[in-house]
Amino acid sequence: MSKPAAHVIAVALLVLLAAVAFSRIDYDWNWQAVWDYRGLLLKGWLFTVGLSLAALAVSCVVGFVAALALGSRFRLVEAIGRVYVELIRGTPLLVQLLVGFYVVATAAKLENRYVVGTLVLSLFSGAYLAEIFRAGIDAIPRTQRDSARAIGLTPWQAMRLVILPQAARLVVPPVAGQLVSLVKDSSLLSVIAINEFTQSAQEVNAATYSSLESYLPLAAGYLILTLPLSWLSRWLERRLKFEMA
Amino acid sequence: MRLECIDVRQRFGNAEILRGCSLATGDIRALVLIGPSGGGKSTLLRILAGLDLPVAGEVRFEGRPLPRDEESLRAYRATVGTVFQAYNLFPHLSALENLLLPLVHVHRLTRPEAIERVREPLSRFGLADHAHKRPSELSGGQKQRIAILRALVVRPRMLFLDEPTSALDPEMRGEVLSMIGELKSVGTRFVLVTHEMAFARRVADEVAFIAAGEVAAHGPAATIFSDDAPPVVRRFFDRILA
Repeated sequence: MSKPAAHVIAVALLVLLAAVAFSRIDYDWNWQAVWDYRGLLLKGWLFTVGLSLAALAVSCVVGFVAALALGSRFRLVEAIGRVYVELIRGTPLLVQLLVGFYVVATAAKLENRYVVGTLVLSLFSGAYLAEIFRAGIDAIPRTQRDSARAIGLTPWQAMRLVILPQAARLVVPPVAGQLVSLVKDSSLLSVIAINEFTQSAQEVNAATYSSLESYLPLAAGYLILTLPLSWLSRWLERRLKFEMA
Repeated sequence: MRLECIDVRQRFGNAEILRGCSLATGDIRALVLIGPSGGGKSTLLRILAGLDLPVAGEVRFEGRPLPRDEESLRAYRATVGTVFQAYNLFPHLSALENLLLPLVHVHRLTRPEAIERVREPLSRFGLADHAHKRPSELSGGQKQRIAILRALVVRPRMLFLDEPTSALDPEMRGEVLSMIGELKSVGTRFVLVTHEMAFARRVADEVAFIAAGEVAAHGPAATIFSDDAPPVVRRFFDRILA
């Protein structure tokens, strides 16, 4: 069986299963009411796209800096990195958003809730990315560093030209997984009154009393964002492929 | 070249690897370090190559002490070449890119200049057809020859070769040894750590026998590889040749 054919069959099986499940429930579909609110849903989706893209970029920077901190020779820098990662990974994003918005941002006189939301989300995702990046960097054998030093590269050149290109290949799949999570986690931004996609779906549901018709498009909307991330990841993985020697 | 080691000591944790190595060479082209495994040859070579700092003692190259700060050591490393036992090529780069990397990023040649610089050496050593292969597609001997070229194309004042044939099977050992022999004949200066006694005898101007962290014997190759060699060296040869 060819690969595309296998994929088509897998999707078809899933649709069949869903069709059976939906046919067995007694549900009064009302797509018209939700269609009337399509503008609101689209606007929410666009906000989610924007917030996610911004947080994707910022969290990669945050994650990389934190990964360097975790591997620092300076004890204090390493400790700060460690505390950041453990604190963020060990507490709910919901609490971080509320504290970040109502306490930290207020204290720092940051009033734009979209900026605050993006920052909190980036800090959250960055903590996970930091561990992924760190593991990737640590996986490169010591002999590579030796070799880089022997030819006279500076530590930063060694990182940029020797370590990172090799680590990149290792971290692409887990990073893609983390970024997919980030897109979905952006749904929590509604708690600080950001009108993103999930919030819009909830509003549509409240106005039309049609929950499935509001939430199924929601699932589809997130898939449109997350599937390309997965494809991009697999493409990158192939492109970066080389054998260790 | 003149190399001098004055009471060089090295320690890793509680293990004292070098317990005061002292030697002074004449004005020679090839110094070969021999001796039992674990005796400290490679540790000494890493210090000579500017990769590690000794905990005590001094190394002088052409009468000038090696620096002790990382910045100046890096500048020193850029002027010498080091080849490791396990090749240590960069696996994500082709053989050619491995050669270009130090030229472009350390020695600031433009890319065309760097390509021009490596063209002749690549074909002289029969590696031109392999230039675009990744290290994983090369044989062990080819990898090591590329590694030697990478050290060589920057026109170093001196090469440091750390057991360059120990990871190779006999057939490939030959091709790497003949390359080193050829370098010697065109005047390349090097310090070599090796277990290949026949080869050591052929290329060495002077030989240092290093055992238990000390320079147990040192002298012209002709002396070390003769019946006049010090007893520790003769016992070592008897053991490995037995």
